[in-house]
Amino acid sequence: MDQDIDDEIKKLQKERMNAKASLVGSVSYDTDLYETEDKYAGYVTELKDEDEDEVQNDIAKPKLRSFTAPTDILKEIQEQDADVDPMADMRPSRKIADREDEYHARRFNRIISPERVDAFAENNNTANARSYSDVMKEAELEREQQRIMKSIAEKKKKAETSGSSIISAEVSQPEVVKKPTKKRRWDMTSSDVSEPVKTEKKSEWDEEVRPPTKTRSRWDETPKPEETPRKRNRWDDTGSSPVSTSSAWDATPKISASVAETPKRKSRWDETPVNVSNSQFAATPVGNMGLVTPTPNQLAQPMTPMTPEAMNAMRWEKEIDYRNRPLSDEELDSMLPTTGYKILEPPANYAPIRTPARKLTATPTPMGAGGFMMMEENSQMYDIPPEIPGVGNLSFFKPEDMQHFGKLLEVKDDNTLSVDELKERKIMRLLLKIKNGTPPMRKAALRQITDKARDFGAGPLFNLILPLLMSPTLEDQERHLLVKVIDRILYKLDDLVRPYVHKILVVIEPLLIDEDYYARVEGREIISNLSKAAGLATMISTMRPDIDHVDEYVRNTTARAFSVVASALGIPVLLPFLKAVCRSKKSWQACHTGIKIVQQIAILMGCAVLPHLKNLVEAIAHGLEDEQQKVRTITALALAALAEAAAPYGIESFDIILKPLWKGIEKHRGKGLAAFLKACGYIIPLMDAEAANYFTNQLMDTLIREFQSPDEEMKKIVLKVVKQCAATDGVTPEYIKTRILPDFFKHFWVRRMALDRRNYKQLVETTVELANKVGVSEILLRIVEDLKDESEPYRKMVMETIEKIVSMLGSSDIDDRLEEVLIDGILYAFQEQTIEDVVMLNGFGTVVNSLGIRIQPYLPQICSTILWRLNNKSAKVRQQAADLISRIAIVMKTCGEEKLMGHLGVVLYEYLGEEYPEVLGSILGALKAIVNVVGMSSMTPPIKDLLPRLTPILKNRHEKVQENCIDLVGRIADRGAEYVSPREWMRICFELIDLLKTHKKGIRRAAVNTFGYIAKAIGPQDVLATLLNNLKVQERQNRVCTTVAIAIVAETCSPFTVLPALMNEYRVPELNVQNGVLKSLSFLFEYIGEMGKDYIYAITPLLEDALMDRDLVHRQTACATVKHAALGVYGLGCEDALVHLLNYIWPNIFEQSPHVINAVMEAIEGLRIGLGPATILQYVLQGLFHPARKVREIYWKIFNNLYIGSQDNLIPYYPRIEDDERNHYHRYELDLMV
Amino acid sequence: MDRLNLNSQLEHLQSKYVGTGHADTNKFEWLQNQHRDSYASYLGHYGLLTYFSVAENESIGRMKFNYLEKMLQPCGPPIKKED
Repeated sequence: MDQDIDDEIKKLQKERMNAKASLVGSVSYDTDLYETEDKYAGYVTELKDEDEDEVQNDIAKPKLRSFTAPTDILKEIQEQDADVDPMADMRPSRKIADREDEYHARRFNRIISPERVDAFAENNNTANARSYSDVMKEAELEREQQRIMKSIAEKKKKAETSGSSIISAEVSQPEVVKKPTKKRRWDMTSSDVSEPVKTEKKSEWDEEVRPPTKTRSRWDETPKPEETPRKRNRWDDTGSSPVSTSSAWDATPKISASVAETPKRKSRWDETPVNVSNSQFAATPVGNMGLVTPTPNQLAQPMTPMTPEAMNAMRWEKEIDYRNRPLSDEELDSMLPTTGYKILEPPANYAPIRTPARKLTATPTPMGAGGFMMMEENSQMYDIPPEIPGVGNLSFFKPEDMQHFGKLLEVKDDNTLSVDELKERKIMRLLLKIKNGTPPMRKAALRQITDKARDFGAGPLFNLILPLLMSPTLEDQERHLLVKVIDRILYKLDDLVRPYVHKILVVIEPLLIDEDYYARVEGREIISNLSKAAGLATMISTMRPDIDHVDEYVRNTTARAFSVVASALGIPVLLPFLKAVCRSKKSWQACHTGIKIVQQIAILMGCAVLPHLKNLVEAIAHGLEDEQQKVRTITALALAALAEAAAPYGIESFDIILKPLWKGIEKHRGKGLAAFLKACGYIIPLMDAEAANYFTNQLMDTLIREFQSPDEEMKKIVLKVVKQCAATDGVTPEYIKTRILPDFFKHFWVRRMALDRRNYKQLVETTVELANKVGVSEILLRIVEDLKDESEPYRKMVMETIEKIVSMLGSSDIDDRLEEVLIDGILYAFQEQTIEDVVMLNGFGTVVNSLGIRIQPYLPQICSTILWRLNNKSAKVRQQAADLISRIAIVMKTCGEEKLMGHLGVVLYEYLGEEYPEVLGSILGALKAIVNVVGMSSMTPPIKDLLPRLTPILKNRHEKVQENCIDLVGRIADRGAEYVSPREWMRICFELIDLLKTHKKGIRRAAVNTFGYIAKAIGPQDVLATLLNNLKVQERQNRVCTTVAIAIVAETCSPFTVLPALMNEYRVPELNVQNGVLKSLSFLFEYIGEMGKDYIYAITPLLEDALMDRDLVHRQTACATVKHAALGVYGLGCEDALVHLLNYIWPNIFEQSPHVINAVMEAIEGLRIGLGPATILQYVLQGLFHPARKVREIYWKIFNNLYIGSQDNLIPYYPRIEDDERNHYHRYELDLMV
Repeated sequence: MDRLNLNSQLEHLQSKYVGTGHADTNKFEWLQNQHRDSYASYLGHYGLLTYFSVAENESIGRMKFNYLEKMLQPCGPPIKKED
């Protein structure tokens, strides 16, 4: 078609050409000069469409099916478009589990134990709950098991070392089954981690598990008919169908706890951990993937849930596999041109890799093909749903949440669900909203779950919440929210929580040792509330079994939890229990934990232990002579904690342990000794001078011996003890000088000590304490030379010590020689810094300030150093030099170095062009310091030159610059405004308005104050005009600051200079302006206080108008103004105006908006003061018994406020009420007349 | 500072005082509190107490005792609340 048209056009053009030629006729001219032929011959005569061109070119090629990019590229783009954060990998993980060390991660080893019997409940129909005796029995079993495991392990080790012959003999025994692939939870944690479990068919613990008499243990509830005839090895059972042998492993309260509810006992191994109805199983993340080799059973089950880590791994795997998948024939077809290529037959001898092993290496999927396929099938299960039915839009939904909340996705008819299921779904929805929702959503859900807590019941709530808290992918924020939920519902549930106390503890206890302070506080809060709700007896019976738990982690957290219980319920109630535990003969662990509880109580409660100190010390005293080293150590540490908490009282309580403590110091070495020394160090300060002296003498030999200990821990403790001993009265300076100092400096003042942060700190503290005793020069003489040491950290440590000593004790002790060396050293150390440190700056400043006039001879040298460093290339150096100027300005003035300061001022002025904001800020600070010291009149450069230079700097957006600059400008406005022209001040006013926007409150406050100064200097009119104009801006914060500034201007220049203009501005028909005026008035009356009596009549008409305005904010602000005005004029005879205003305010009491009603209430409170309560009472009486509840409610609220505020004053004003036939209401006393 | 928060703070404060009321407070409760407050106030203001004892021709100690006794059921027996 196109072709035809083109042809036709060409034909027509040709015809036209020919016609032209014929018109002219065939003219004969020189054809060699004039072109005979068409000169456009070689050119295209028309513009062609480009596309057309291409299409025509393409026609030659065979057509592809489509013109899109290869599908995988498109897909990749799609995937990129999806909400993927490219920086996600770079960011540190917010997951709690990721930053935990191995010890903290042990919390995952604990399982959420099933509920227990509430011993106090009236109807005890908790057949499936465990009683205290059950739990104790289980704990006993677990310990026993642990013991035997250990002994087996030891035996094996012994066997291994003693020779291979025994091993071979053992191995040859047919019964011995060795399954190294199966690791169990406790294998992992206990000391013999790598030890494969070996067991004999008839192992010891099999026998022990079955008690000879059938007690009412839950484990034996269901009769097991075929129990004994077939003694099968437990290990054979895995993966097979339900087996009824009761295995020793069930003794632990693991997952099987609720399995027991089902009448038919199944082996735990067959249970799918998350079988939807028991979602608490999900709490044990180790349940499934934790088993290193998945049993075939597991793989076969499509619904097998995965732990979130595994899921994550799978997701990666899936993506990698997808990208690396082999190309299909179809894809190859679409990619490669069809012509020019030929598809070859594979050579006859080619055999594709079919051996599974090699295939496995070819496609690295860890689960093998089967596992991978499984994932493909229910992959959509992990896709993020756009919206979960009944929940609404969440702010996020992690795939890991699927495990807990997956059920919400199944859309089911509510009618088909049972009540319990409905409840569960409801709770789940609320939890999901709380965890993943937007803040308002979260708030509403939290309120709902709190209100309905008792309806939901403790069981369903905790069964859903606690597993979430155990999730390994939990993040801080989520944990915080969930803990908050628990906290709220604890209040509501009260004693209903009793059966769940242990569950909650398992989840909350790890918070107590979290590295995050707030997590620890949260944990304490919860446990404290829990113990108040559940009561002491329940807490003790619940935590008792954990006290001698095999795992140290459990014991540690339990001890901490117990200390929280003690602080919540009081030490006295817990004391009998503590005494019993600490004396436990049964196991040293119990004893150890008991003593640890005492230690934690001391740390947690501080001086609150004092009334019970004697009892506590007595309870643990015997531990000092225990045969277990660990018990002795913890006892010493507990005593140290008690003494620290009790300081400076309570030495008499420690009498009984002094002797064993001293003996212990002579007996012990190493760690034990460190603990004992620590205890001594804390007890000595409690003693009187004589005893302290005596004991210090006794202790000193050991201490000095331990000075050279290489153990870091020991070093720290020794330093601490020396510090404490030196601080006591009994130890004389002479003694310290002769006995302690030589060794102390020899062993501790070495470069190595400066490298470890904690050693460093401790050493500085101890040295300062020693200086406190022996004087400045004694210490300084020993260390001052070290200011020129070659190690910078060491110099820093010396400087910090000098700074602390000098700032505490002054420099009067320093003689001329020492002074010279000191300044020399400080200058050296200051100049030799490679890392500019605030320690050096502080040290320099402190020493210079302390020396005062004595520094004068050195000032020229110091100043030349400063000047030189001000010119340094490095910004840090310049900044530090400027900072130093601001520190020593006062001393320079004292030394009469005005000329030097003038010089410095000029130099600083020249550096105002500084480009680094941090440095510029410091330079401004230095200028400010100099101006403050030398005064406005004698400042060089003169103020009139300086200020114009500062105006542009006000535009700087850096906070430090702004703050220093505004301070300097404010200072000049306050003291030396006359040096600058009013025009310049107005310019500054405009700049200041921008400063009202900054985030830092200090800057805004300085700016607002500066307005006041400027207004005072140049008169309020111009400044006020600027400010009133600024009320029109949109930004709220700016307007608020402006109103404050107006109020301040009014305050500094008297209100009458400002009020007329302000009230005139109220006539501007613009909401923001009017509100701004009202707000200014509010601030104004707040600031002027009693002066308000002269102005309240003037503004009453304005307030009348404002209180009748339609706009809520208007009335709100007016109410605030009335409040301040009423409070200001109290007792000054302005009641008529106030009553008038009250009449305008009163109708507003029915406002709904929280801010407005709040403002109205406050206004009424203010008027209560201004008018007296009687007037307000008369208003209130009208509505207290109004037929409409809504009316009564607000009236009672006002009455209550009135009552709280003026309870006594109201007595004479209550109305007379007539007696009725039943009661008499008459208050006759007030009618008495004499 | 939402509405709930504001109100709950105020309510918490008010709940700490026995004499405060609410929309369902009845006449008897309100007046009983008034009477108790009154007696407490008389006891607290010594001048008032002296004045009353002069008027009643009783010793101050007796008046104190009487007022304390009266605080028990100042308005007579409580009325039954229907709820």
